[in-house]
Amino acid sequence: MIYKVISKREFKAFIDALVRNNSSFGPRKVDTGSNGEPIYQFMPVKSVDEINFDYTVTHSSAKHFFLPYRDELSHFNFSDGNWEQEIQYESPPIILIGLRPCDINAVNILDDVMLHGAYPSPYYLARRKNTFIIGMDHLPLPDCFCHSMNRHTVNHGFNLFCSDIGDSYYLSINSSKAFNFLKEFRIEEPSYEDNCSLIERRKNIKNSFETKIEVSGLPCFLDIEFDSPIWQKWGDKCLSCGSCAMVCPTCYCYSVEERFDVDLKGSTRQNHLYSCNLVDFAQVTGGHNFRPKNGDRLKYRYYHPYRGFAANDNQQICVGCNRCGRACLADINPKDVINDLRLERESCMICVSPSPDKT
Amino acid sequence: MHDMRFTIPGQDLNREPFAVKIPDFQKKSEVMITDKGYKCRITNIVPLSDLERLFQLRIIDPLEREVFNFRPGQFLMLEIPGYGESPISISSSTSNHEFIELCIRKAGHVTSALFEARQGAFVSVRGPFGTAFPMAEMQGHNVLLIAGGLGIAPMRAPLFWINDHRDKYRDVFLLYGAKEPSQMLFTYQFEEWKKVSHVQMSTIVEKPDESWTGRSGMITALLDEFTFDPKDTYAIVCGPPVMFKFVCSHLDRLGIPMNRMFVSLERRMHCGMGKCCRCMVGSTFTCLDGPVFDYWSVMNLKEAI
Repeated sequence: MIYKVISKREFKAFIDALVRNNSSFGPRKVDTGSNGEPIYQFMPVKSVDEINFDYTVTHSSAKHFFLPYRDELSHFNFSDGNWEQEIQYESPPIILIGLRPCDINAVNILDDVMLHGAYPSPYYLARRKNTFIIGMDHLPLPDCFCHSMNRHTVNHGFNLFCSDIGDSYYLSINSSKAFNFLKEFRIEEPSYEDNCSLIERRKNIKNSFETKIEVSGLPCFLDIEFDSPIWQKWGDKCLSCGSCAMVCPTCYCYSVEERFDVDLKGSTRQNHLYSCNLVDFAQVTGGHNFRPKNGDRLKYRYYHPYRGFAANDNQQICVGCNRCGRACLADINPKDVINDLRLERESCMICVSPSPDKT
Repeated sequence: MHDMRFTIPGQDLNREPFAVKIPDFQKKSEVMITDKGYKCRITNIVPLSDLERLFQLRIIDPLEREVFNFRPGQFLMLEIPGYGESPISISSSTSNHEFIELCIRKAGHVTSALFEARQGAFVSVRGPFGTAFPMAEMQGHNVLLIAGGLGIAPMRAPLFWINDHRDKYRDVFLLYGAKEPSQMLFTYQFEEWKKVSHVQMSTIVEKPDESWTGRSGMITALLDEFTFDPKDTYAIVCGPPVMFKFVCSHLDRLGIPMNRMFVSLERRMHCGMGKCCRCMVGSTFTCLDGPVFDYWSVMNLKEAI
């Protein structure tokens, strides 16, 4: 990794040069929410003026550039009682601008899932390799809890990372490609003051987190609370719509379906992103559903990121962006559910355990 | 100002080696196991009962036929182009490289489409996926096979295996239960198993009709017909999920160690590769870590059966 400093004016020129000649996606205001807050999304951009560098956070995550809602896995061409299978992995090169550290961490987690498992996914790999990622740090929103998940900083998985230090950006250059682009522009070695302001910025970000979730020992805790009535309580609120999984930067569960082409001369096998909150997620042929109740499915939605993945890969899959909490129509968010879960047992322990010292 | 001409050719955006071994797209074998299916011809269809048929498939490409090796208990993804994919357990002999046999019940979208297919139709299979019954570990021990209903389909692969290596195993028992006598599958093979494979076999039905002369009741009732040392016995249990619980707890009471009882779980896999999470039980993938689990692991998995 090479560290450089670039002035904001020069940085804009750099981004402008990049986006004018490449297929690029950056944060843009697309709508205004019911609370008056602007809604940002990663949208195609053609010039630097279209990008909101000081956006808060996008509504959907950046995972859709790697795991699209619908992805064609293979195509069958029919011919006279026979068929041929055709598979394509190609993906056009794109540039993603302005990903937050939690977004980049989420992509790193997806790498673990999609590429380091038993069967690496070539579809994902093609997209991942052809994506140039420029990350930017930001001050957290009141409901972000990346710090609790230890995902508020990022060390790898990007080509270029920019930290805002007042008049200029402190660049972490993580690829030769990015360095080659930057050669054309005026970049300086970081001075002592720059280093100090970077550390100040990091400290500022770290101390700005208002929401905290206690996740230490959570896998064990979830095991103990498997039959807790809390799940039913929150499950009764849950509408089983699957919004949370669609905006989540790390939810990758999918469903495979096959459909005929309109001309009936072929068919495609597609995967589309799915949510474990949807009713038929665990349904098997014959109609038996292993998770028929809302509470069961909501529980699984929490078990997969916080427990299951920890057991398999020694890390928790949640990055703490709270997109699911913002998107939820029934106002369920991880902070409340997990705190509720912890509180339940603790309050009950206060009730039953004799505590003579307590005044 | 600067020269702002940057052109980034396709595939050349990020030259650095990525943190993973890249699958070689030219090498057929690496890509094949994930997404490309083996093209098969349906060579024979044997009707077994009203709802079940035995499909015999032959992989067309001789090289692919050679590559397709499976172990007893594994499953494959059967794909009918245009209709979809379905996980099916393989019920043919592992030593038979010429044909794959699948015992399939007409139940859902894909299998209904398959039942329309005639002999000579082309389908595609991906696989094999999943874990297998530890046949090597069972050598020198008694083997108790308990199948309920369609559970006889995955049981055929271990039966064939035992037949191939019969001298390595001690007493082998097959208990087979079905709901009605008409739903009993592979009745034509019973004599073969008894006389050629030297399997001690007994059958039972839940709802007997007038033609049925054998026993009726629950499958665990058959256990008193045979004498075996439970400490020296491996058990394989296949059947509907409701069956696992009472059969395995019965075997547990008999004294068979929990890590010597194997069950084959059933979930609706969509990818077979541990990606889609549709078959996840707790933190375990049925497609990667299963479908064969020992009863000890199943006991530790919440909501498994």
